[in-house]
Amino acid sequence: MSSTITTRFVPQAKARPPRAPEVNYLNVAYGVKSWLLTTDHKRIAILYLFTVTLMFFLGGAAATVIRLNLMTPTGELVTADTYNKLFSAHGIIMVWFFLVPVVPTVLGNFLLPLMIGARDLAFPKLNLLSWYIFTIGAVITLWAILAGGVDTGWTFYTPFSTRSARTNVIPTIIGIFISGFSSILTGLNFIVTMHRMRAPGLTWFRMPLFLWAIYAGSIILVLATPVLAVALILIGVERAWGIGIFDPELGGDPLLFQHLFWFYSHPVVYIMILPAMGVVTEIIPCFARKNIYGYEFVAASSVGIAVLSFFVWAHHMFVAGQSVYSAMIFSALSYLVAVPSGVKVFSWTATLYKGSVSLRTPMLFAVGFIALFTMGGLTGLMLAALGVDMHVHDTYFIIAHFHFIMVGGAVMGYMGGLHFWWPKMTGRMYSEFLSKLAALIIFVGFMLTFLPQFVLGYLGMPRRYHVYPPEFQILNVMSSAGASILAVGYVLPLFYLIWSLYGGKPAGPNPWGATGLEWQTPSPPPPHNFDETPIVTTAPYEYSLEETDGVG
Amino acid sequence: MSESITPTRTYYRVFATLIALTLLTVGLSFLELGAWHTTAGVLIGVVKATLVALFFMHLLHSSRASWLAVLAGLFWLLLLMTLTLSDYLTRPMLAY
Amino acid sequence: MASANYSILAHHFENLEQQRETETMGMWLFLATEILIFGAIFTGYTIYRVRYPRDFEAASAHLNLLIGSINTIVLLSSSLTMALSVHATRVGRQKMLMTCLTLTIVLGATFLGLKALEYYSDYEDFLVPGLRFRPGEWTELTPPANPQHVQLMLAFYYIMTGMHAVHMLVGMGLLVWLVLRARQGMLTPVRYMAIEVIGLYWHFVDIVWIFLLPLLYLTGTHHGSDLHF
Repeated sequence: MSSTITTRFVPQAKARPPRAPEVNYLNVAYGVKSWLLTTDHKRIAILYLFTVTLMFFLGGAAATVIRLNLMTPTGELVTADTYNKLFSAHGIIMVWFFLVPVVPTVLGNFLLPLMIGARDLAFPKLNLLSWYIFTIGAVITLWAILAGGVDTGWTFYTPFSTRSARTNVIPTIIGIFISGFSSILTGLNFIVTMHRMRAPGLTWFRMPLFLWAIYAGSIILVLATPVLAVALILIGVERAWGIGIFDPELGGDPLLFQHLFWFYSHPVVYIMILPAMGVVTEIIPCFARKNIYGYEFVAASSVGIAVLSFFVWAHHMFVAGQSVYSAMIFSALSYLVAVPSGVKVFSWTATLYKGSVSLRTPMLFAVGFIALFTMGGLTGLMLAALGVDMHVHDTYFIIAHFHFIMVGGAVMGYMGGLHFWWPKMTGRMYSEFLSKLAALIIFVGFMLTFLPQFVLGYLGMPRRYHVYPPEFQILNVMSSAGASILAVGYVLPLFYLIWSLYGGKPAGPNPWGATGLEWQTPSPPPPHNFDETPIVTTAPYEYSLEETDGVG
Repeated sequence: MSESITPTRTYYRVFATLIALTLLTVGLSFLELGAWHTTAGVLIGVVKATLVALFFMHLLHSSRASWLAVLAGLFWLLLLMTLTLSDYLTRPMLAY
Repeated sequence: MASANYSILAHHFENLEQQRETETMGMWLFLATEILIFGAIFTGYTIYRVRYPRDFEAASAHLNLLIGSINTIVLLSSSLTMALSVHATRVGRQKMLMTCLTLTIVLGATFLGLKALEYYSDYEDFLVPGLRFRPGEWTELTPPANPQHVQLMLAFYYIMTGMHAVHMLVGMGLLVWLVLRARQGMLTPVRYMAIEVIGLYWHFVDIVWIFLLPLLYLTGTHHGSDLHF
């Protein structure tokens, strides 16, 4: 390792073809040990890809059984107890082991050093430790779920979780607690890396907006997760030793748990959506061949969302028993947090306007994101109104709202990012036809699954019940039918993406003609990312200046 | 931080101040302060913590980024406490 | 010396300064998360303290103020010796480093020993809810205290001091590791980040205790008769 570091001017826009290396991060070493003991952020991203994809399909399996059960009003498929365990499993797995980690640990880990011109993250060994901690937490939680299950819902409300639940609450909590450290360490790694390891000339306002989103998400990860840890510890202590911190008989307050829980869990939903928004902000300019509209506003909105997300948590508790004055404050603040999200939607729309739009697969996912996220977000504003929330709290309206954001938003954003950067990560292109088909199937399946649920909720169907009044059946059947289509849409990429590894066209360094430092490296990148540290002198998006060559 | 080395003299002086403040805070608890006990105790605690942070932990000579981390942690904690308290303190206000 | 730098500088950093500033910021950010984890429990404690001030004061009056105060002095002293250890490393005084590190460990162990003694004393005094507790003792006080709320306060006392003790134990382990490193000559004026960041952690744990003292022990008025072992 030489202590002489030479630097070379590399404008972000121009893709000067670097020499294709024989050695990249995938083939530099073979064998299980070289993967399990790697400190290369790119390999760690792939390790995470395996773990989170597995968790996604496990959570999806739980959802499948739920939707099958809900085909009939009498819920013939499973008992009430099993149903409770199923929706708890679905929520726990999807929230903590898929949605929170997926974009930061897969795309963030892979791209962050590349995008800032660094050779790795600030703490590479900590990065590997994060993955081990995550996987251990996942294994423990999965064991708890499969060996008896937990039926408290992913929200673990007291006093049920502390007194009455006869299920594996404590092992599940331990698994989630452990995986929380993974979140904290990853967020810490990202923040320090962005502060200290940007290439010369890469000022904060020259960073790609994906990184602003990752930074904002990391702030939330780092500051909110500790409070979840405390909430879980307190449940565990109360359950194990009968100490009544949340027990009204001892003067405790069940609402204190909800305050602590939601102080984390509301910001966590922004951890899920912010990085996905960052992905969309990278895709739109590339496939509209136009610079992002209002760069500074989008950057500021990412940080604004992160900060404001901490001010609104008790809107999950409007009917729980908090003081009305407190509820009014949180309601007003909840309206406020929608503003920076709106800024982003306006920015994307303005970027598309008079752009030269090409509907490649990543763009399909990005546009789908905008539509579905906007719908979900607007219904969120409806829920911020105390009067509306009184009626639709704990109904399918809420379920539809957050699935529009988390599935229609976050998952579609992730899929777009996966398809956008897959050529960079693997050096291969996938089938254009099949991927577009998957995007379309996902969109149609999604709408059919979740749009009826808004109606169901508004009509009064409660959530977390394994049976329902017979007049709701037609909408439930529509929803379940949609879910089966959605399932096809999610399974399809498994096939064509894996196939691309063997039979896909070699991608070259920049198949989309995109700007950004990551596209200056070969695909797949060499182990050390850059032969020479780049010096950055230009803005991150340079689409409007001149036609860049090589648009796939 | 990597440039300057705090002299041991400073450490001893800060230590003496910390001990004095500890004796003060314990001593105050023997007086009839009523509701002011906690306020006095926390205030003295803040002074002690600040001394430890600035001198023992070298925060005085640390980068802006480190300051940012500390201030962010404190701000967020304040947020958690005040907004949660706003629920509990306003509950008795509503008389049905 | 170039060769000494060669082994200290990790491959992904440009220079030693960047590496050191990165490591410092990393530890400060970690401490920010610790502020929130302890802070969350402090929040829970504060909520109930505000709701049941008299009962919490009554419970607090029964805690062992003498041991708590002595422990505060012990921990502050350990912070001094820790700071001196870092200083010794920076100026290359190996013997001072070993002495101060060892003193820090001894003081830390003293704290934990006194804490264990205190927990035993609490047990003797029927201050362990669910295990050894006399509700009647509290209702007979003037003014009477609600034993349920007293148990709440004690629960928080054990959780907060318990979490603190766990952090102390981790700190002790790190200090022992530092002693081993120092013996191997791996703590030098050029190679000091390990002791610097562990020092930060140690001081932080001290700061937590600085706040635990008034919040738990000093809520009400004390009398000389309160002091005992």
